[in-house]
Amino acid sequence: MPVSPESSSQLTLTNVTKRFNGRAGLVTAVEDINLQVKEGEFLVLVGPSGCGKSTLLGLLAGLEQVDEGSIKLDGADVVEPGRDRLVMFQQDALFPWLDALENILFGLRLKPGLTDAERTEAARYYLDLVGLADKEKAHPHELSGGMRQRVALARSLAPNPRVLLMDEPFSALDALTRDQLYGDIQKIFTQRKKTIVLVTHNIREAVCLGDRVVLLSPNPGRIRQVFNIDLPRPRRINDPALATLAADITNALSAHLAQPKEGLE
Amino acid sequence: MKTPRALVPIAIGLLILGGWEWFVRSGRVDDVLVPAPTQIGEWFWSSLRDGTLASATWVTMRRLMLGFVIGAAIGIPIGALCARSSLARDTIGILSLGLQTLPSVCWVPVAIIAFGQNEAAVLFVVVMGTVWAVVIAVQESVLSVQPLYLRAAMTMGSRGWHLWTHVIFPAALPGIISGLKQGWAFAWRSLMAAEIFVVILSGFGLGSLLHAGRELLRMDQVVGVMLVVVGVGLLADLIFFSPIERWLRRSRGLER
Ligand SMILES: Nc1ncnc2c1ncn2[C@@H]1O[C@H](COP(=O)(O)OP(=O)(O)O)[C@@H](O)[C@H]1O
Ligand SMILES: [Mg+2]
Repeated sequence: MPVSPESSSQLTLTNVTKRFNGRAGLVTAVEDINLQVKEGEFLVLVGPSGCGKSTLLGLLAGLEQVDEGSIKLDGADVVEPGRDRLVMFQQDALFPWLDALENILFGLRLKPGLTDAERTEAARYYLDLVGLADKEKAHPHELSGGMRQRVALARSLAPNPRVLLMDEPFSALDALTRDQLYGDIQKIFTQRKKTIVLVTHNIREAVCLGDRVVLLSPNPGRIRQVFNIDLPRPRRINDPALATLAADITNALSAHLAQPKEGLE
Repeated sequence: MKTPRALVPIAIGLLILGGWEWFVRSGRVDDVLVPAPTQIGEWFWSSLRDGTLASATWVTMRRLMLGFVIGAAIGIPIGALCARSSLARDTIGILSLGLQTLPSVCWVPVAIIAFGQNEAAVLFVVVMGTVWAVVIAVQESVLSVQPLYLRAAMTMGSRGWHLWTHVIFPAALPGIISGLKQGWAFAWRSLMAAEIFVVILSGFGLGSLLHAGRELLRMDQVVGVMLVVVGVGLLADLIFFSPIERWLRRSRGLER
């Protein structure tokens, strides 16, 4: 599998190991991860639950610190959260005390060098981009799960981060809403040329969205295999070619696991 | 047709008052021991006219408000500190937990010895009644703010003071408000106790009026003042705490 040269990659993980001191003792969440993410690449981390996907994303976000190895963004160590790497979380991380527009403005207000008018304009633009222009004043509880995740997407896009990190953003949604969002995400990805790292346990989703799919296996979380996905965009989740590739990856994973399909769709 | 919601309780209330009036007038009880509603009404009217009721209510409310605001102003930052530092939690936090269980009347003797029979003593009692409940409530509600909100805010660049004012406090607000409400109730009780048991030379409050009623064996006054005390408590809830709580529940979708 081709490994991009260091110079053209934006995010570089070198021998990354992370352990947690949980109640069951020391757990190695991820071990010896080496990975490069190129500028403008859509990378998907896939694997059964517990293989350290969220941990990796937390490390990339700077919310957690590596125990061994290093993570660099454009050559600089990632040591704390930063606006250049925004996260869209698995569950509802919208603030329930703010309406949709205010939620999007939260990050924009923390971004220096903008006027209030520019911030509001940007917030409206992204709300419109995710198709919720008419929901400005709605509070999170007044929105459906899919709408909430759309607002969350707009919130993480609005401050224009260089890297977008997404932790199973679609896992709590029904299949129809999910399919719509696959379309939306791809549209935004091609239009705005972001670097995206997405985490999922859904292999089809991974193949549908990723330029590259990194397969992880648990105990401890390690990279098993990396797949290049060369299908043209926009991709549809029901595409047979996509299903074939997904089956290949599922087989690869099964070969790596003692209990083949646990935690997988 | 739908009858207004207030109509039924008002009708029931009037029925009870009417029955009570009839019962006392029929001579089955001594009206010195059990005054009729009209007797209480008369006391009410006369003390309203000579201004004693209004001035006593004002004196009491001023003490309560001032003590409550000071108690909250002390309690909120201390509670936040306790949530933030485990050292503060293990010291001030534990102390607050203990003192919160102490009936706030117990502060009255301390206050009298330390300050004398004056405004400072009353204020001290009210503040002590408020502060511990607020500390505990703020500590607990800040500690139970979803870590996910903090993580999300931090990735967007929120830190320190901004994180507190824009994420932690808004997220903890429902818990803080119910803590304030509890603090208010404790303060109100301790203030009444102080006013009833101690002659406060610097002002004649509702508690003093109640005490005077006892000395004069004026049951109409005693019951009348009690009703005012109930009314004040109810009003504080109706015009202050309930609307805030309702607004919080509604805006966060917790109502139904
Ligand atoms: N804060 C934590 N404390 C203790 N153990 C943790 C913590 N976070 C994750 N882990 C452990 O690390 C492993 C990987 O977890 P996670 O990254 O959440 O996996 P995934 O997102 O792939 O499901 C699991 O065994 C999990 O129990
Ligand atoms: Mg996870």
